Amino acid sequence: MSLTDTAAAPRQFIRSRALRRFLSHKLALLGVFMVAMLTVVCFAGPWFLPYDELYIDLRARFAPPMTGGHIFGTDPLGRDLAARLFHAGQVSMSIGFAVMVIATTIGSVVGVVAGYYGGRVAAVLMRIVDAFLAFPSVFLLLVLAAFIKPGPAMIALIIAATSWMEVARIVEAEVKSLRDRDFVQAARMLGLSGRWIMFRELLPNAIGPIIVAATLTVARAILLEAYISFLGYGIQPPLPSWGNMLNGAQQYLQSAPWLAIVPGVAITMAVTGFNFIGDGLRDAFDSRTDLK
Amino acid sequence: MLRYVLGRLWQSAILLLLVSFIGFVVLSLAPGGPLSQFALSPGMTQEQLDRIAEQMGLNRPVIIQYLEWLRHMLAGNWGVSYRDGQPVLKIIGSHLFATLLLMVTSTILAVSIGSTIGIVSAIRRGSVFDYTMTVLAMVALSIPTFWFGLVAIYVFSLNLGWFPAGNMYTAGDGSILDYARHLVLPAMVLALVDLAIWSRYMRTATLNVINQDFVRTARAKGLPRRRVLFKHIVGNALIPMITLAGLQLPTLLGGALVTETVFTWPGMGRLFLDSLGYSDYPVVMGLLMTSAIFVVIGNLAADLTIALIDPRVRLE
Repeated sequence: MSLTDTAAAPRQFIRSRALRRFLSHKLALLGVFMVAMLTVVCFAGPWFLPYDELYIDLRARFAPPMTGGHIFGTDPLGRDLAARLFHAGQVSMSIGFAVMVIATTIGSVVGVVAGYYGGRVAAVLMRIVDAFLAFPSVFLLLVLAAFIKPGPAMIALIIAATSWMEVARIVEAEVKSLRDRDFVQAARMLGLSGRWIMFRELLPNAIGPIIVAATLTVARAILLEAYISFLGYGIQPPLPSWGNMLNGAQQYLQSAPWLAIVPGVAITMAVTGFNFIGDGLRDAFDSRTDLK
Repeated sequence: MLRYVLGRLWQSAILLLLVSFIGFVVLSLAPGGPLSQFALSPGMTQEQLDRIAEQMGLNRPVIIQYLEWLRHMLAGNWGVSYRDGQPVLKIIGSHLFATLLLMVTSTILAVSIGSTIGIVSAIRRGSVFDYTMTVLAMVALSIPTFWFGLVAIYVFSLNLGWFPAGNMYTAGDGSILDYARHLVLPAMVLALVDLAIWSRYMRTATLNVINQDFVRTARAKGLPRRRVLFKHIVGNALIPMITLAGLQLPTLLGGALVTETVFTWPGMGRLFLDSLGYSDYPVVMGLLMTSAIFVVIGNLAADLTIALIDPRVRLE
């Protein structure tokens, strides 16, 4: 029997208990429903629409919602808003997921290294985390986005560069509290390498808080993409994103309010959904909620 | 106490140094660098560009440039704007008031309303009010600030006509009442996120205090409910909130940036966006530093206040 087997049993137990608690969390389920619905609509929706998201029809400019086959109306170039919204959703949500993967990876590595080695290594790494947190993230994001040619992949990287600190802090705190437990001592005595202990022993035991932080990172990333694209530094047209659809909306607020309302509602729904899920996961993984 | 204060000051100085270095390196690594602005003018030759680079010291290693910049900055010389040649500090100073006015107003709104919601939620834990506020707070945290601003303009300005849709004052007017009318919508929009966070944390903090022995003692010795609530519970619950106020500063500054953009508010956030558009590096760098100084000093002040008023904090 190897060391990892003994560690796996309670972990599995914790997971099934967490799953049960998650499934009884009404808001979390609502969140799952909202995210699932948005995902299905954005990815499958375009097939059912009569218009392409890039098709320009100048005679149909500013068509209000529910006219001429345009469910959500059209934009200043006569493009179908629904088609654009769905494609934008694909872009925005994909960026959210990409950011989650990158930021969680960076944050976990920094956090586990700082937590495991402690001392000077931790001091240096965590000071860097503090320094990144001292910039308002929108400022740093805009500076980066203004200089780097903004394709979708680059935008995801830039947002991740300003979103990994939270995970790093959480993992560092978690690992620090696990570092001196018996199973880590045992692994050390077995002569396992530092890398093995960090990534096979410590990190899996911090998985709960990491998952929670990762979910909230998706919400945050979708919001940040919206911010910078709205300000004109994010995803560049003609590729639509929820943020850049709002970019020109302010000047038509009086005559065509749907241009502002429709993408904003989509962003709010997606972000709310992920926040609900994250909240449910936090309650599910928090053993203290059992005591109530 | 003195040792603690000095220690925290030292830490803050190191942090600011790190922040300034990261900011400077990011700005220097930009493609084209600070020269890109000059390269745009027609008839500019490579020779002339090289000469400008040499005059501005841009051809030296980044680390030397940084040290030079740091030396000047500490002496109060933050460089001059590429756009109009004005000193950076002077430009930032002229935009400071608008941003502070907006941030202070919205913080007062957020703290007073948010705390009240949090306290009531905690006292009526599990009630419909508590549950509704929990959900509303999470939705509020999910609404993009700029979009909330657009909706507010649409409803309260374009349709109802109660408040102006932008700017800080009407040209030719400028009475306090005029400022106040312009302030309502942006302050409300900026306050939303903080209000939600504040109500959540205040709820938790109140719950932590409400079951403590000294509250039970206060009740047992027959003090009026109201007095127990305000003196014993709220007083103690507010202490951790001071830290929160410090930690919320970056979010508040970021929110101010987009709020100012939507409401054409003449503050530092709009200055930042304008300067970025013109590749006005000295101003951008100055604003990055100003915001970082705000954040670091805010956190420092929060820690020191707590150390001062909370006897439980041991200073070793």
